[in-house]
Amino acid sequence: MTGQTKTVAVLRYRPEQDEAPVWQEYQVPYGDDTSVLAALNYIKDELDGTLSFRWSCRQAICGSCGMMIGGKPQLACKAFLRDYPERVTVEALAHFPIERDLVVVMDGFIDKLQKVKPYLIPREMRALEDGEYLQTPEEMDLYAQFAGCINCGLCYAACPQVGLNPDFLGPGAIALLHRYNLDSRDGGQAERMEMINAELGVFNCTAVGYCSEVCPKMVDPANAVNVNKMNSARDYFFRFLRPAPKQGGCR
Amino acid sequence: MSDQLKRSNEPVFWLLFGAGGMLAALIGAALVFVLVFAVPLGLMPEAALSYGAARAFAQHWLAKAFLFVVVSLFFWHAVHRIFHSLHDIGVHAGRGARVLVYGSALAGTVAAAFALALIGG
Repeated sequence: MTGQTKTVAVLRYRPEQDEAPVWQEYQVPYGDDTSVLAALNYIKDELDGTLSFRWSCRQAICGSCGMMIGGKPQLACKAFLRDYPERVTVEALAHFPIERDLVVVMDGFIDKLQKVKPYLIPREMRALEDGEYLQTPEEMDLYAQFAGCINCGLCYAACPQVGLNPDFLGPGAIALLHRYNLDSRDGGQAERMEMINAELGVFNCTAVGYCSEVCPKMVDPANAVNVNKMNSARDYFFRFLRPAPKQGGCR
Repeated sequence: MSDQLKRSNEPVFWLLFGAGGMLAALIGAALVFVLVFAVPLGLMPEAALSYGAARAFAQHWLAKAFLFVVVSLFFWHAVHRIFHSLHDIGVHAGRGARVLVYGSALAGTVAAAFALALIGG
């Protein structure tokens, strides 16, 4: 701490007393290494114990502290007061309903995540004595980037189409869907294509690309979405040429 | 949300949009340069765009195919972009607008085919 203070303006919403969100300003002492999360914790500990926000790891791993900082979707632990001259604004993540202060309702997002079946659906069932499902480093490289997602929701706050149509599956869920489709051990692509092809699927995207820009884990959801537009188009026109999938079977 | 699980027909329009966009990126600027600047400013001989030369060009079946693809796909590209841009700026046009914009591209496609057929071989 250098003894200097900076203004942190937080958009408060306490449903029991606020009809609509209201701005509240705090003066927070800061140094070069003061993150926005550290500033929020200072406010909660020293200035105003009623402020609510989610956080856990402080190192961009848990994905809990996503919020709008200076109007941009960011992790509070990865944004620093030093980058904002005089004043920084902190708001709840855009495109999510506000539960309280900086805490948003994630239910819609969790629901979408479950819908894309983000887990391995084995291509071939193996008994325990058959040993592990093997994969080469090259096969892993294909999807490793998309496996970096920490479900923080920043890409949903960045996506203008999620803002316009909250039912849109959205960048994060599609990136995870793609991660499992690309996995050599997985055989669930046919089951997941239904979500890609649906009215709530990839064609809501207008290729803005802001989702990939704000991702704190260098995942490229825009790529996952746009690759799947082609997959969906192929599926649309060639679905009649393929034999019907076996009932309940893997590829 | 369940009715939204129904398959989207967007691939048809998206592919036409994508094909038109690719074509526009490859030759759109060159077309505008030749037709709007190069010939009127005298950078290319005036005869290149004379009625006779243009007609002779349009009489070859390969040129007909080229003109048809360029004109129709540019139409499909443009209407798709207009429709989605309306959505982006908050005009959530419904089925009627969809029929209107894509219908105009269809009309442009039919008109291009008809005009090219009239030119004769």
